[in-house]
Amino acid sequence: MLLSTTHEMTVANDGMIETFTRVRDVSRAEVIREICHHLEPYQNGEQPIVGDTVIAKDLTIDSLAIMDMVMELEDRFDVSIPMSVIAEIHTVNQLADTILDLSASN
Amino acid sequence: MGLFDRHAGLLEAYRDVRTTGYDPFQIRMERVLSPTEAIINGRKTLLVGTNNYFGLTFDPSCMEAAIEAIRAEGTGTTGSRIANGSYSEHVALEKEIAAFYGKKHCMVFTTGYQANLGIIATLAGPDDFLLIDADSHASIYDACKMTQAEVVRFKHNDPKSLEARLRRLGDKPGNRVVVLEGIYSMLGDSAPLREFVDVCKKHGAYVLIDEAHSLGALGEHGRGLCEATGVIDDCHFIVGTFSKTLGAIGGYCVSDDPDFDILRVTVRAYMFTASLPPSIVASVRQALRVVQAKPELRTQLWNNVATLYDGLKAQGFILGPEHGPVVGVHLPDRMTAIGFWRAMLDAGIYVNVAVPPATPNGVSLLRCSLCAVHTREQLEHMVEVMTGIGRQFGVLPSQPELRVAGARS
Repeated sequence: MLLSTTHEMTVANDGMIETFTRVRDVSRAEVIREICHHLEPYQNGEQPIVGDTVIAKDLTIDSLAIMDMVMELEDRFDVSIPMSVIAEIHTVNQLADTILDLSASN
Repeated sequence: MGLFDRHAGLLEAYRDVRTTGYDPFQIRMERVLSPTEAIINGRKTLLVGTNNYFGLTFDPSCMEAAIEAIRAEGTGTTGSRIANGSYSEHVALEKEIAAFYGKKHCMVFTTGYQANLGIIATLAGPDDFLLIDADSHASIYDACKMTQAEVVRFKHNDPKSLEARLRRLGDKPGNRVVVLEGIYSMLGDSAPLREFVDVCKKHGAYVLIDEAHSLGALGEHGRGLCEATGVIDDCHFIVGTFSKTLGAIGGYCVSDDPDFDILRVTVRAYMFTASLPPSIVASVRQALRVVQAKPELRTQLWNNVATLYDGLKAQGFILGPEHGPVVGVHLPDRMTAIGFWRAMLDAGIYVNVAVPPATPNGVSLLRCSLCAVHTREQLEHMVEVMTGIGRQFGVLPSQPELRVAGARS
């Protein structure tokens, strides 16, 4: 839903870049919130999950569970992340940026 | 950092497994007696984890065919099909498999793993897209590591999830190849193939289906899920194996595509490995004849599936979602699964134990595979043994509920 809104706003607005940047900022927080929500069950002790958290190292999640989480995020934000791209993603920030980049290019 | 240091986590988990007594990943069959029995740890053991769905490993006609072939053509081919030539029997086998499916072309591989690896990695090229089920077999995942295509996973057995991913590709150029399996090897569930085919047709995607565990088991003639669901013509590539129902080793891919044979000089897993030896080719050809001549083996297999599945379910075990030649029994965690497995072996029953990361969703399973020649008594005994162990391990309630005789008709 978020992304169709983004798309419509971008198309409908003349000041496209400005609109896009603004919407993108909002979306980024939303995307990160969603990622953190999915990662919560794998939190390592009291260590908080932040943008720089290295998903496979700092948390107790295994590679298969990462790929399953990515599938959920794909459907939530209506993007597809190729497996080769997933392999290059290390941090929460990188995952969020990948989702935002892909949704922007849709 | 030492070469093996990165496996430290796995080594530790493996050590845990081995301290329980036997090593489930290095089980030794001292002597195999029949499709359903072997000597393990010095005792006669019931085999319910061999993928030997029709019990053809000891079929006298298949064994004779293999022996005859060795006498006629020797023990091995000592080379690959492209470098050292094909034997007439390789070509005959390919024609027979193609005819079995009513397809024009067939390529035979030395293992089923290589068939998936080679075909899938090569079919989809640099600008193409491979869409795979999340629960795909390791051979499919390994093909995805080798391919130059873009790979996307969709949710297991979920045509809507596939459709969303095909839709997102929009009008990007490039072929779409969707990879499915007839029966999934861990939980024994089958794909909603007709729905998947509809989605693929709508989006112009090629369908590749791996019938490794469904050959023989499904369809009026045993061709697999593609036959059972009436979509053989819509499956562009059907892959399968000789190592399960056909009781030997090897793999194949059939297709109607007129240019299919170009794969013989592009698929490296076909080009750079030795071809199947004459004995295997002969026993597989005979096994394929037996599958077609004895549909009663399929009936027996499904009767046995019902005995085990329904028997375990009635006792309260949590199983895979549907009847299948593979029956996956869910256990709460890795160590319970390994302890349960070992207790069964002590009681003279061999099954497979499947634990993460080899299983979907991190589940721990006892993986049982049925055989057409298991007897009803063998399987009823197995349900009884598993019920006892289940109570000991607290997986089932320890006190059986008191029931009025006949109340559960």
